[in-house]
Amino acid sequence: MRRAHVKAWVVGLIALAVSVIVFIVPFWFILLTASKSASEAADLSLALPTQWQLFRNVVAVLGTGQGMVIRAFINSTTLTICSVALMVVIAAAAGYVLQRRQSRWNLLINFMVLAGLIVPPAVVPTIWVMQSIGIFKTMIGMIMIEVTFGLSFCILLFRAFVGTIPRELDEAAIVDGAGPLRLFFVVILPLLRPVMITVVVVQAVAVFNDFTGPLYFLPGFGNETVQLTLYNFQSQTLNQWNLLFSDILLITIPPLVMYIFFNRQIVAGMISGAVKG
Amino acid sequence: MSSAPTVVAGAPVVNRRRRRWSRDRAYPTWFYLPAALLFVVLFAVPTFASFYFSLTRWTLFNTEFIGLDNFVMFFQEPNLVKGFTNTFIYGFLTSASKVVIGLLLGLLLTGRVVGRGFLRAVIFFPVLVSTIGVGLTFKVLMDPFHGLINGSLAVLGITGPGWLTDPKYALLSVAAVDVWKGLGIATLIYIAGIVSIPQEYFEAARVDGASWWQNFWHITLPLVRPATTTVILLSLIGGLRSFDLIWAMTNGGPGFTSDVIASVIYKQYQAGFYGLSTAGNVVLFVVVALIIIPLNYFFLRREVDR
Repeated sequence: MRRAHVKAWVVGLIALAVSVIVFIVPFWFILLTASKSASEAADLSLALPTQWQLFRNVVAVLGTGQGMVIRAFINSTTLTICSVALMVVIAAAAGYVLQRRQSRWNLLINFMVLAGLIVPPAVVPTIWVMQSIGIFKTMIGMIMIEVTFGLSFCILLFRAFVGTIPRELDEAAIVDGAGPLRLFFVVILPLLRPVMITVVVVQAVAVFNDFTGPLYFLPGFGNETVQLTLYNFQSQTLNQWNLLFSDILLITIPPLVMYIFFNRQIVAGMISGAVKG
Repeated sequence: MSSAPTVVAGAPVVNRRRRRWSRDRAYPTWFYLPAALLFVVLFAVPTFASFYFSLTRWTLFNTEFIGLDNFVMFFQEPNLVKGFTNTFIYGFLTSASKVVIGLLLGLLLTGRVVGRGFLRAVIFFPVLVSTIGVGLTFKVLMDPFHGLINGSLAVLGITGPGWLTDPKYALLSVAAVDVWKGLGIATLIYIAGIVSIPQEYFEAARVDGASWWQNFWHITLPLVRPATTTVILLSLIGGLRSFDLIWAMTNGGPGFTSDVIASVIYKQYQAGFYGLSTAGNVVLFVVVALIIIPLNYFFLRREVDR
């Protein structure tokens, strides 16, 4: 037993050391460079800054391009909140009926849900459709796109979870005179809370970090999201590495906060979503 | 969307009849409506339209039918062909690495090691960081002259290559960063898979005096197969259509040596060749479908067999 104990320690320490180098050093580098002055940041080393000026750099980032970064944060927040809220309600309704009601359509619907998960969206034709309904380059259009592309994942999670809610509950509510809407919103939806938290957190992170979507479907001045400003930032502020990394740090904070508070739900969501997909 | 529900809920006339248990009334089909509408308009219609538009020269204002010319172009232009082959290399490389490293880390993190919780958290965190942020960070770290990686190698007396500037390594370097970023999910899935293996198997094996390797080869590996399936499918679906990491790190360069289909689609779109771009989309669709569907079928059948 004693030898096993020592072995566990040694293996653990080696793993710890390797993971520190591989996984922590990049983040430590981001933090350090974001805290340096422009000239110190230019040598891209792990040397400590002579003067920590993270706050000043962040303020400088927020001030660039006439508040472009602030606008981008507002855009990204709007996009994330609206699309996740819509996604939850729409996907919960669909997943609920899909699980409860057996019909010959189920096979087709399940197939489409899987297709939505696997098939890469056709870019230009989507733009063409959006343009003909007049929602291309609009926030509303972008929200609908995010909802559409996230639906499959959410429906799978909700369908699986509704399966764990006993049908007797539905029947009791119906006997008490609840209509389909009352049944869904008052009885079922509150019970979906655990899976809903998972969906909200996972999708919020996904939408907030989405780069390709806004790149294609939300171009135009004033529409930038944080990921796009970050990408554009590297060409505009050439050699101002401290500002670039302050921006990266700033954008990492929302997912970090999410992770700290909802660690368990994120992990559960990633696994269950993966296994059912 | 919000007006339709009130009409149905506010209809008091049928109150008495609704009290009877009726499945169709309790779970109305129109609950599908918002999801179906979005799915059809913004996903199904564009997908089907792409098959037509890939056969045209297209400027969004007018289309000219040119048959299979776009596809011929796609498989003749050397830089487009490169994107095609790179997609496979990238997809399979990242997928295989995630399986191997993810399984090893999963084994490590379900065993008795110090700092287990810390390690899990650290490995998972990159999953949540924006891909662009990760890409730009590693672009700086992989800088051939000033980058931290080559700087550290120089201390050891090794001259590191131009990770992203050498055509030989560019795609592989991006793939490595992709693995770094996505490893957390693979590891988590494996941890879940390993934990769910009943302990009786290992106890029986211990009674029989099995070695660590026999345990791994005859118990763990066969019984985590569902996890392996998931990791392979997930990382292939993600890897074959991967765009943002490559775009943030190399823009498909140097030249077009690290282009994949997804970045070709974007480049052709930017250049205004909408028909060609859409043809790229169709090619990507076919590639993903031809790989994922048989694989899925194969895995499912083997699972049923057992």
